Amino acid sequence: MCTTCGCGADEITVDSEPAQLGHAHGHDHHAHDHHHDHGHGTAHGRLVTLEQDLLAKNQLFAERNRGWFDGRGVLAVNLMSAPGAGKTTLLERTIREWGRGVPVSVLEGDQATSADADRIRAAGAAAVQINTGTGCHLDAHMVAHGLDRLRPQRDSALLIESVGNLVCPALFDLGEHVRVVVVSVTEGDDKPQKYPHMFRGCDLLLINKTDLLPYVRFELARCIVSARKVNPRLEVQAISAETGDGMQAWYEWLDQQRAKLGERSLPNVVTERPGVPAHF
Amino acid sequence: MHELGIAASVVDVCAEQAAGARVLRVRVEVGRLTAVLPDALRFVFDVCAHGTALEGAELEIVDIPGRARCEACGQTVALSEPYGLCACGGMLRIVSGEELRVKDMEVA
Repeated sequence: MCTTCGCGADEITVDSEPAQLGHAHGHDHHAHDHHHDHGHGTAHGRLVTLEQDLLAKNQLFAERNRGWFDGRGVLAVNLMSAPGAGKTTLLERTIREWGRGVPVSVLEGDQATSADADRIRAAGAAAVQINTGTGCHLDAHMVAHGLDRLRPQRDSALLIESVGNLVCPALFDLGEHVRVVVVSVTEGDDKPQKYPHMFRGCDLLLINKTDLLPYVRFELARCIVSARKVNPRLEVQAISAETGDGMQAWYEWLDQQRAKLGERSLPNVVTERPGVPAHF
Repeated sequence: MHELGIAASVVDVCAEQAAGARVLRVRVEVGRLTAVLPDALRFVFDVCAHGTALEGAELEIVDIPGRARCEACGQTVALSEPYGLCACGGMLRIVSGEELRVKDMEVA
């Protein structure tokens, strides 16, 4: 069993091949010879103090991934949404339009099938499909395996399409530089407050399928107010990946993130990484 | 069901530190502002513990309430959601409720 994601390693596949998550990267689970025994014996047994963060292992992989991206000048964008919000259509158009000037590759996360990776390749970008089996999210460990296969080129952009789910992916840092959440107007405009963990951790909210606004009861302003209650610094853009409306602003935002990455990657600049457990 | 991954993580951390000994009880802190449901965690813990040093171990979940400090007036307030504003209108900084940690365990 993969200890990072809790799924059986044979269940997770990278481009249809077993990911062997328990064996790569040399992180063997060696037995420690110290027990952290502080001598607080109880009537039943020996009390062992652990004080260990449960997401620490994922965080460690996430920081490795981030270092990998920084060292190669690769902008990593994590795209998350509920199923059916239009992430793959958004990626297809982004690859065809923005991808003309910037090399783009894609890590596709889905429980099953390579349908999305096939669509991305047809749009003209290199793609690797990670199937999580019964798992509900990608984690940093799976992304590391996906990178082994995808090998994004220097100074490119990597777009990670997370498994459609507004709860679980919010918890797992993949090592990305920016997080984008996509909501479509066919969903409720109060979604941000219903799924606060997702929205508070994101940098940009893309409200998609705006071409359908005349036919649904979705108020853009209400959605933005709901989102800003959860995350006051959240940027918001309204787009239609289908018609192309609003996409230029999205491309400009991506360009800005690449420019920021250039500043981050200067040698001898130490950047603070918030959220990393102190023992790392 | 990310609780499955969290439960597997609990089992992994404890089994590694127990170094072969049988684990009788484990205490895990779960903050109320995390997206982790204690009931779901209990539900999958036994499944993950099966066949490991934690098989049959008792899982005790320590519930940590959400608290935040106002950046404007400095007052500490209770939070039930991972966001909000102080009564004075100031921004809140979460000080507790985001814990997801194995606190300790009892080994035979």
